[in-house]
Amino acid sequence: MLLNIKNLQAEIDEKQILKGLNLEINPGEVHAIMGPNGAGKSTLASVLAGKDNYEVTAGSVAFDGQDLLDLDPEERARKGLFLAFQYPVEIPGVSNKLFMQTAVNAVREEQGLPPLDMFDFDAYAKDKIELLEMRPDLLERSVNVGFSGGEKKRNDIFQMALLQPKLCILDETDSGLDIDALRLVANGINTLRSEERSFIVVTHYQRLLDYIKPDHVHVLYDGKVIKSGGFELVHELEENGYDEIVKQHQQA
Amino acid sequence: MANAEKSTELQAPETQYEEINDLLDKKNQHYKEGFFTSAQVETFDKGLNEAVVRAISAKKDEPEWMLDFRLKAFKHWETLEEPHWAKAEYAPLDYQDYSYYSAPTCGSCDSESGSESEVDPEVAKAFAELGVPILGENANIAVDAIFDSISVSTNKREDLSELGIIFCSFSEAVQDYPELVQKYMGTVVPYHDNYFAALNSAVASDGTFVYIPEGVRCPIDLSTYFRINEAKTGQFERTILVAEKGSYVSYLEGCSAPVRDTYQLHAAVVEVIVLDDAEVKYSTVQNWYPGDDEGKGGILNFVTKRGICEGKNSKLSWTQAETGSAITWKYPSCILKGDHSIGEFYSVALTNRSQQADTGTKMIHIGKNTRSTIISKGISAGHSDNTYRGLVKILPSAEGARNFTQCDSMLIGDQCGAHTFPYIEVENATAQVEHEATTSRIGEDQLFYCKQRGIREEDAISMIVNGFCKEVFSELPLEFAQEAEELLAISLEGSVG
Ligand SMILES: Nc1ncnc2c1ncn2[C@@H]1O[C@H](COP(=O)(O)OP(=O)(O)OP(=O)(O)O)[C@@H](O)[C@H]1O
Ligand SMILES: [Mg+2]
Repeated sequence: MLLNIKNLQAEIDEKQILKGLNLEINPGEVHAIMGPNGAGKSTLASVLAGKDNYEVTAGSVAFDGQDLLDLDPEERARKGLFLAFQYPVEIPGVSNKLFMQTAVNAVREEQGLPPLDMFDFDAYAKDKIELLEMRPDLLERSVNVGFSGGEKKRNDIFQMALLQPKLCILDETDSGLDIDALRLVANGINTLRSEERSFIVVTHYQRLLDYIKPDHVHVLYDGKVIKSGGFELVHELEENGYDEIVKQHQQA
Repeated sequence: MANAEKSTELQAPETQYEEINDLLDKKNQHYKEGFFTSAQVETFDKGLNEAVVRAISAKKDEPEWMLDFRLKAFKHWETLEEPHWAKAEYAPLDYQDYSYYSAPTCGSCDSESGSESEVDPEVAKAFAELGVPILGENANIAVDAIFDSISVSTNKREDLSELGIIFCSFSEAVQDYPELVQKYMGTVVPYHDNYFAALNSAVASDGTFVYIPEGVRCPIDLSTYFRINEAKTGQFERTILVAEKGSYVSYLEGCSAPVRDTYQLHAAVVEVIVLDDAEVKYSTVQNWYPGDDEGKGGILNFVTKRGICEGKNSKLSWTQAETGSAITWKYPSCILKGDHSIGEFYSVALTNRSQQADTGTKMIHIGKNTRSTIISKGISAGHSDNTYRGLVKILPSAEGARNFTQCDSMLIGDQCGAHTFPYIEVENATAQVEHEATTSRIGEDQLFYCKQRGIREEDAISMIVNGFCKEVFSELPLEFAQEAEELLAISLEGSVG
């Protein structure tokens, strides 16, 4: 198993957000997580990535056989956990090239591979730029500075393509994308799919899921997974909203 | 009062080269230049009075005119009060508690300073450790190495002299080129200019003298490395750089000092004279010991640097990377007197821990169509305070003068301060003055974004800070730029979390 989350409870500023969450992900699987605003989806992503203002109060997370919660955020990243942010951050003065070359080499170091120099990196990045139809001057520009909302999200997927992670967590990467960008992003994700690589795709909409066809769909509500199923669950939600499922859960 | 002259203190002759390891290991890992060299030294007793001024002059066997200059300055200094207008807090200094002369003496060498073969081996080792090529091993650079009060070695002088270039210690210039020194000393920074300039004029220890003759383009970088070694010693170097018509020179200076738990005083004066069509690039990487985390010790860096673009089309660029010192008080300035002359100031000032820096520049436009550019990047971390203070003054005669100023501040953490005081005085209506300023903070979100991509926090900070400083570093000679980047990374260690 690649990721095994057991009874995960976490709080921020002494407010409990995750309240006993369980999730199991095998290599190669794509899991979609849906759920109403404020349910705790981004919190889950942040806790998995190791953001330090969240406190885990109970439960465990095993990632690739290791205790994930024991690792620093940069170690988690180096071991192959990637988060595409709901709101990617701008870093003025730092070029995408320097940023991603540093990141790629950090991961390579972890894997015992020699670092890529500037020329190697350019060559390596070229395909991915084309795959996501990024602007040709992308590498020279500062990280996310002056990018539109959609461009920032595409840039995160571009970074994901460069880093080749084991587990890709996408937090609402589809929101704010126009139809063409959505197709590019979906195509990027599908290109990266492999038997070893798994995905957690957080979304509010069916459209992205139509492109990438998740293996499992979970509904997160009030800090817990209250229902899991296959792709058909997406249709059910699209038709009935969360009310029905929440009601069933509360009665049970 | 003979005591200044006579009771020189000779230290134990066994010369072991010791690093203050425990200090370095515990508190000051960030300051790798913090070792102490125990060479045989001659140090004056602490204290400052007329006899001490005379003793310094006598020690250097100076001519009458130089002693007169010192005494005039000393008398004036006694009438002045220590300035405290800078945005830096420190208790008034006890000037009687410093020694005003300290020099390595080499048992086997007969002369006290000078040529390459006579450097005390311990001192030579210290410079080697610092990576300063005092033996002329680097073909692209000539070095004047100053250890406490005196210049211990100046290399490549013969090669340079073939081009008519004078590159020697200030003390030697006083002996060998008295007309030149008298012609220029005190013309840009008069002895009465300010408190520390007056002090420097009285007790000037050593420094560098550079003279580039008409039409000569100096083929290599000239540099001075300043090392303060003795405890409780002041270093008061005096540097004069003259670029005759149509000449060019790139001059670099670097500095460091051992880890000490008391303040050490460094009050330098630099005068630069640039004649018609000549160009001077003056770069500084300042890495004096900054004091420990609680603000104990460190160098007080009170420096007056000023240049005059005397001739038409002349150009003077100051580029500085300031990462050290407990307190910095420094405003490298340009007097743009010649028509069409150009002044530039590129500065990166980084403060961390309890450092305080108040730095900036003055651009005084006198000639027609004079232009100046000021790019200042201040970075504050820890509990430090970082202030930009600048003056752009356009005199009535400066028809068509232009200035562009950009002052950017970056904050790391929320315990530090950044301040900007840009003064602009325009007395000619045809002048154009532009000012831009920004303040930003390295946020938790940015750091987390980097870490999530596998980048370590220190690397992330240094990447962000270097990005911020890019425009300034690109003005530094290549090797220096790299050193500046590394220094930034070291100085930033432990600035977050
Ligand atoms: N610093 C904080 N202090 C208290 N509560 C917080 C804090 N940060 C987030 N929360 C709360 O945590 C809950 C979960 O937020 P989270 O961002 O994980 O939701 P989400 O499922 O991603 O929602 P959305 O669909 O809107 O993105 C919300 O109720 C939010 O208000
Ligand atoms: Mg969210």
